[in-house]
Amino acid sequence: MTLGLLLAFLAAALLANLLTRRGGRLYTLLVLSALAVYALQPALPVRGLDFWLPTATLALAVLGWVLTTPDEQRGWKANAPAALILAGLVLALGLTRLLDVSLPLTASPPPPTLQVALVLILAAAGVFFLWRFARPGRLLLGGAVGLLLALFVVLKVPALAQAASAGLRMLNLQSTQTASPLDLRWLGYSYLAFRLLHTLRDRQTGRLPAVSLAEYVVYVIFFPALAAGPIDRLERFTADLRRPLEFGAADWAETGRRLVAGLFKKFVVADLLALVSLNATNALQVRSTGWSWVLLYAYALQIYFDFSGYTDIAIGLGRLVGIRLPENFNAPYLKPNLTQFWNNWHMTLTQWFRAYFFNPLTRALRSAKKPLPIPAVILLTQVATMVLIGLWHGMTANFILWGLWHGLGLFVHNRWSERTRAGFAALPGGAQKALNAGGALLTFHYVALGWVFFALPLPATSWHVFLKLFGLA
Amino acid sequence: MSTPVSPLRVIVKALILFLVLNLAFAAWDPSGLGGLSLYNRLFPGRARFPFGEDPAQSYNLSLSSLPAMFASHVLTAGPKPADEFRVLVIGDSSVWGILLRPEQTLAGQLNAAGLKACDGRTVRAYNLGYPTLSLTKDLLILDLAMRDRPDLIVWPVTLEAFPVDRQLGSPLVADNAAAVRALIAKYRLGLDPNDPALSTPDFWGRTLVGQRRPLADLVRLQLYGVMWAATGIDQSYPADYPPAQTDFTADVSFDGQPGPTLDEKSLAFDVLQAGLTAAGQVPVLLVNEPMLVSPGKNSDLRYNFYYPRWAYDQYRQMMTAHAAAGIWNYLDLWNLVPADQFTNSAIHLTPAAEATLAGRVGESINQLSCP
Repeated sequence: MTLGLLLAFLAAALLANLLTRRGGRLYTLLVLSALAVYALQPALPVRGLDFWLPTATLALAVLGWVLTTPDEQRGWKANAPAALILAGLVLALGLTRLLDVSLPLTASPPPPTLQVALVLILAAAGVFFLWRFARPGRLLLGGAVGLLLALFVVLKVPALAQAASAGLRMLNLQSTQTASPLDLRWLGYSYLAFRLLHTLRDRQTGRLPAVSLAEYVVYVIFFPALAAGPIDRLERFTADLRRPLEFGAADWAETGRRLVAGLFKKFVVADLLALVSLNATNALQVRSTGWSWVLLYAYALQIYFDFSGYTDIAIGLGRLVGIRLPENFNAPYLKPNLTQFWNNWHMTLTQWFRAYFFNPLTRALRSAKKPLPIPAVILLTQVATMVLIGLWHGMTANFILWGLWHGLGLFVHNRWSERTRAGFAALPGGAQKALNAGGALLTFHYVALGWVFFALPLPATSWHVFLKLFGLA
Repeated sequence: MSTPVSPLRVIVKALILFLVLNLAFAAWDPSGLGGLSLYNRLFPGRARFPFGEDPAQSYNLSLSSLPAMFASHVLTAGPKPADEFRVLVIGDSSVWGILLRPEQTLAGQLNAAGLKACDGRTVRAYNLGYPTLSLTKDLLILDLAMRDRPDLIVWPVTLEAFPVDRQLGSPLVADNAAAVRALIAKYRLGLDPNDPALSTPDFWGRTLVGQRRPLADLVRLQLYGVMWAATGIDQSYPADYPPAQTDFTADVSFDGQPGPTLDEKSLAFDVLQAGLTAAGQVPVLLVNEPMLVSPGKNSDLRYNFYYPRWAYDQYRQMMTAHAAAGIWNYLDLWNLVPADQFTNSAIHLTPAAEATLAGRVGESINQLSCP
């Protein structure tokens, strides 16, 4: 995300703050967020795709609402304004093709207006059909979950993404020779999928509160958190949304602090560290063990400042429009063990996986007819969860290795703390502090070594760097 | 009880602070900032000046701050060792070493040769080349480098660096207007001190906002010190590049002159002389650097991309005459290197050709090091 776009978001959020104190915030956020979906989407070489992918984001959000909202809550009268606003926006953006000037709202000129209108009519018909007749049961909700996961797999598996790109290029009468997995960069899909899966699963288990179409869509595509999270929960988000926007001096101060901190972390610290961070090129160029560690430390710090900087910006922007997004980072590199690290690094992601994968899997394994021994359950669930988180970042061998590294690390820490907990508690305070400091140092280095898999594309390169780090190459 | 924060007051105070900082910065001469460097302290000094147009690959960048350039160079690592015979090699991109690793450049090959001066001191050559063609740029660097106590200057030159109208075109020259004006005044050079090419920032250009790019470049230069130390890489080495041109059109003009006579007044011999004067008692070895003598189409009219034969031949005659008149230490090595030993330009040599050149230059260094 560019600094210019962030400043545009800031201006938009500021205007929303000043203009919607007496009402109208929900629809203002709906319009801003829908526009942001298009503005954030990078240009793609497949003709029209950088318009259709944001449109698909909106369509998935609307479908998500239809499938997760009880029949009696899907009244047309109450939800028509949101539906019409979204359709109108898509049409209006499509019509910008007819303007002489190029607007910064879409990455490239939208497809022909007739095509946009046709797709809009078809989408509206589909949504209307589901809206009117769908009675979401296990099958439909399960199908929606399956569809989201299938899309995810296509986007993240390079071979599938390339094949999909070739297919889309063929439809567009473009050369398939130059098809690339990068053609399908769907901005924000990961976070969109997390939010939709959360609502679909909670609907399946009957825990999801009923919300309006506007509330649901704003939750799913909320512009400050669209590209990099945090991943909020619908019930918490809508509680903020329904609360009148009261913004006092303390809010201004906190908003300013988060925005300044975020911009500094991202655009000064992280961007400077990026110049000297470990990457696929310099991994093979570095000449000594000492400098290999420097590059690795730089990467570890860069990824933290980059991501936590974005989070600060998202939280600051969110607060400006009255939404208190959840925290994502809490000094993770200072935590004394790996379990605490993961409780404080990308917290909303780990909470999501805990709620929708780790806990259900643990319950299933423990309540099996022939339950596994507890250590085996812990090993299986920790490793499976972390490998899944790795695969979320990308379906490559290195992300699997990264997941295994952390899964095994968490298991080892779990077993270690199980054995040493009593002894640790009996130690005097000073000794506990010293052990915690040593633990933090050890944990940081374990995590940093894990980043070797994360930063590099191939296991062979990672192995070379490991050898270099330990003076063996 | 804490006092409530007024956002308006915070913004007004921040704006005032921002304004004051900018004005103070503009009033202060920040040129000394370039001298603050992590090189030669945290990181080893660079073997050649920072220069690069693809920082992500070369871990290097071009900047105009001469203090920063010198501070990042290994030349300024510390006091001159007593057993060192210090040779400074100035010049253009062929000296800096486009497509060559630091050890493959002329200075690098001189060091590898393990030369000894007459008095037994070890010859240590420093690469002070910079990739633009302008004698004034060379003079600018030489004038500053004299404080680093050289024992000998090696100055490879080529005709393309001589035209008077190109002297101020180098960004390094244009962005160091005050220093260049001082040189013009000091050596009474035939250059216009009010030439619009010499850019002097106005008051607003000297504020923090106006100077943000040079300041960011300084920070980036320090950070790239990590990569220089870690990898020893300071330029990108493409596996493939377009070779030096060997076929030409029938155009025989040079620097707007159609021939057949090269106007000596159009060449900055006064700048060359100023360099010799700036060196004072330190001997200067002037080298007419090797260039590509093309065997290709229209090579009867042109030696290479840069030079029609008539212009270059007359330039060589002028150089020989000046050298004889001024008792210069002069080596004319124009055709030392065969045509297949050039890389991407008519003056960029392969490592093997650099070794050949270093051999010839080394012989002269040996002679000049003797009283």
